[in-house]
Amino acid sequence: MSEDTAAVTRIETPIYLKYNFTAGSAPARFLARIREGVLTGQRCPRCANVYIPPRGSCPACGVATEEEVVLPDKGTVQSFTVVAIPIPNNPIKPPFVIANLVLDGANLSFIHLMSECENSEVRIGQRVQAVWKPSSEWTHAMDNIRYFKSIDEPDVPIEKIGKLPLSGWEG
Amino acid sequence: MAKLAAVVGIGQTHYKTRRSDVSIAGLVREAAVNALEDAGLGWDDIDAVIIGKAPDMFEGVVMPEIYLTDALGCNGKPMLRVHTAGSVGGSTAIVAASHVQSGMFKRVLTVTFEKQSESNAMWALSTPQPFSVHLNAGAGGYFAPIIREYMRRSGAPYDVGIKVAVKDRLHGARNPLSHLQLPNITPQEVEDSMMLWDPIRFLEACPSSDGACAMVIAAEDLVQQSPKPPAWIRGVAMRSEPTMYAGREEVNPQAGRDCAADVYRQAGITDPRKDLDCAEVYVPFSWYEPMWLENLGFAPEGEGWKLTMSGATSLDEGGDIPWNCSGGVLSSNPIGASGMIRFAEAARQVRGDAGDHQVENAKLALGHAYGGGAQFFSMWVVGANKS
Repeated sequence: MSEDTAAVTRIETPIYLKYNFTAGSAPARFLARIREGVLTGQRCPRCANVYIPPRGSCPACGVATEEEVVLPDKGTVQSFTVVAIPIPNNPIKPPFVIANLVLDGANLSFIHLMSECENSEVRIGQRVQAVWKPSSEWTHAMDNIRYFKSIDEPDVPIEKIGKLPLSGWEG
Repeated sequence: MAKLAAVVGIGQTHYKTRRSDVSIAGLVREAAVNALEDAGLGWDDIDAVIIGKAPDMFEGVVMPEIYLTDALGCNGKPMLRVHTAGSVGGSTAIVAASHVQSGMFKRVLTVTFEKQSESNAMWALSTPQPFSVHLNAGAGGYFAPIIREYMRRSGAPYDVGIKVAVKDRLHGARNPLSHLQLPNITPQEVEDSMMLWDPIRFLEACPSSDGACAMVIAAEDLVQQSPKPPAWIRGVAMRSEPTMYAGREEVNPQAGRDCAADVYRQAGITDPRKDLDCAEVYVPFSWYEPMWLENLGFAPEGEGWKLTMSGATSLDEGGDIPWNCSGGVLSSNPIGASGMIRFAEAARQVRGDAGDHQVENAKLALGHAYGGGAQFFSMWVVGANKS
């Protein structure tokens, strides 16, 4: 080896992993329904809490969940962050709001994007509703909801967040 | 009944953005050699090796423990790898301790590491799943809303996180191994640093580091063969809980409270603030200090921030219960090793071997780690005395 050949100390070798996602019965049902624009959760037979997305069991009680509950696409901000960090290859340009949202009739939050709102005005207890992609673009994914937008309803008091009925919150 | 065991050797690497001078194997060996030297022992004195690191996806090396056996002198010896996300450094130390406390082995080498410069933790933590939206916000994106909820319910002033960020970097400036060396950091500088994940600013978040940490744990009858004072293991505990369930207390997790209660009971601690001399606690984002002060029982719920603001956790302000004298995760974060560094630094304190960040006359110290979505907890209490 010639002496002027610089040693290779570092190269980037990306790894691509492609998984076949085996959903299991509860997520499979959830994904089949969200393909049609319907949000479906499951209720725990013991504690009666409603989970969305459902995973087929209640992590708190350790029992299977079977009863399906169709949920509205309205919900409440449980907490949130404004992400300003630029992350390489992220298609979403900062600053953007990620919120822990809990749907009316559900008892566990999930994270989603918030938009059509002033970032500085996002707050815990704020009311939101899903903005869906055009139905022609729907697939078996939570991404069918583009983001959640703020709606003109009074804020939910702290103690009621995550405990609203299916009928929602009218103040 | 567990047999008595002690830490008799500790070895760390320098923590840096990039250790381009060594491979992963070179990195772990450096820490292991330092630990053996500290213990006055050689490779032949080790009965088994316990390794830990964060997810394989980080560096893209699957089951790295297999290829690290040569570097860690464990060909032909029992070797085990532990994995509990960010808490792995702590749980690895506990698994290593258990192998001695059970009487199975006399002397165990335990090593944890991360080479963040060769990895991509942000993406490795963001594998897409169809039933949730893929947002790529990293760990900060997960913890920021929980911190916001803590701020809301405690009514803490906005600058508590800033105070912790300054305090831990001043501690880190006393520790030559610390990644960040910021002896002149000011609250204004932290406040002016970029907001990454509101309310977490750049200087309120941990760095990305390369590094490894190792310890030698020995059975009671072999402890005196090592020249330096031992750190007696007075209690070990691990707890976990599901990441997602209705009504989960995310700000003050049940698993953390249960884990602390267990380790305090073993060590005979009734009032952690009074009974312990110092603590090394996993604080990757500054606001986690007041949150864990409450979770670990150093302050009543909602009042952890008052302890922080009073200077009680600061070495420089002469606080009565200094936290993270080494600089903590906010000063060095080789993820897989970060928990073990907490455990090792607690041991350094009670061995009286913590250099410029020594707490005077420290006799009893807590090491703490958490991981995942704050659902894994591991803790130990080490003491200068056997009981």
